[in-house]
Amino acid sequence: MGALSRRVKPGHPGYWAAVLQRLSGLLLALFLPAHFALLGAGLHSTEGLDEALAWTRSPLVRVAEAGLVTALALHVAGGVRLLLLEFLGWHAIQKSLFSLACGLATATGLLFALNNF
Amino acid sequence: MKSRESKPNGFLEVSIWRGAEEGAFQHFQVPRRESQTVLDVVTYIQRHLDPTLAYRFACRVGVCGSCAMKVNGIARWTCRTHVSAVATTGPLEIAPLDHLPRLRDLVCDMGPFFEKWKQARGAFVPGAVPETGFAAIDPDSPARRQVEAGIECIGCGICYSECDTVAWRPEYLGPAALNRAWTLQNDERDGAHRKRLQAVAGDAGCHACHNQLSCNERCPKKLSPAAAIAGLKRASAVAALKGRL
Repeated sequence: MGALSRRVKPGHPGYWAAVLQRLSGLLLALFLPAHFALLGAGLHSTEGLDEALAWTRSPLVRVAEAGLVTALALHVAGGVRLLLLEFLGWHAIQKSLFSLACGLATATGLLFALNNF
Repeated sequence: MKSRESKPNGFLEVSIWRGAEEGAFQHFQVPRRESQTVLDVVTYIQRHLDPTLAYRFACRVGVCGSCAMKVNGIARWTCRTHVSAVATTGPLEIAPLDHLPRLRDLVCDMGPFFEKWKQARGAFVPGAVPETGFAAIDPDSPARRQVEAGIECIGCGICYSECDTVAWRPEYLGPAALNRAWTLQNDERDGAHRKRLQAVAGDAGCHACHNQLSCNERCPKKLSPAAAIAGLKRASAVAALKGRL
């Protein structure tokens, strides 16, 4: 005899929109301390800042940067989607809004990557 | 008497939850028939294979809201769910709803669910009688349209079972109770708007909703509890700004 597993995760667009909103938010929250540490390096010495800036030009960081910009765009577009749902009640087109948010975020990320490489 | 059932077309592999909080899935083989609903399958098992199986149903036509169960992981109204729509080839797994105490087999205690309707002040409270003696409500008024959008709830508990916010925060009132509250907030005849808004604006109320929209997605009546919850959020925010909450 065992306990019944609580549930299968729902796989519909609204659910994935919420998951992406949260994950992108977490990613941005993790980025902020690194961002502040880099800015802080500049307060102590120009060499420290130069060193940190040199690190940001490494290929891996630049790829990660494009991911970060995509996450930021996704979080902003997803946030606008939520505002439209909450304040204007646009629930009927929530799936289209989700697609639009994903499309805008991908386009932003690609544009950034094109510009960056 | 000549049977009106169609001829069986092979067998359906069915697993059904037996027990209460603790238990196990029991396996059955049920003749597969044309236009068979999940409720037909459960009823077949109870009538022909194991009469001790406990489950709820009443109307069989999607009106009473008592036969909701989890079918292959998703809560559904079993009387209006064709087997062919949820298990074309594979097995069928039937379990009780989530987030409610399990009494026996497929039967949940719906008490906590309806207790939250009470907490959300889901009962109509007569307001002041208008001078004309009755309230003339324009069917096309925005408020009446809001009522229209949510009034057909059959209280099946599917949205409550599917809601992740209920899982994370067990005291959360849930989509159905809040949907009910929103229909009453838009009822011009009701006299408890302020108290109801206070009841649903707390930590366990409308503002706890994370907009995953599983309620909208799974509601068998195609209602939009999330839109009702958004309405309550706006109304309570405006009331708070005006110092009327």
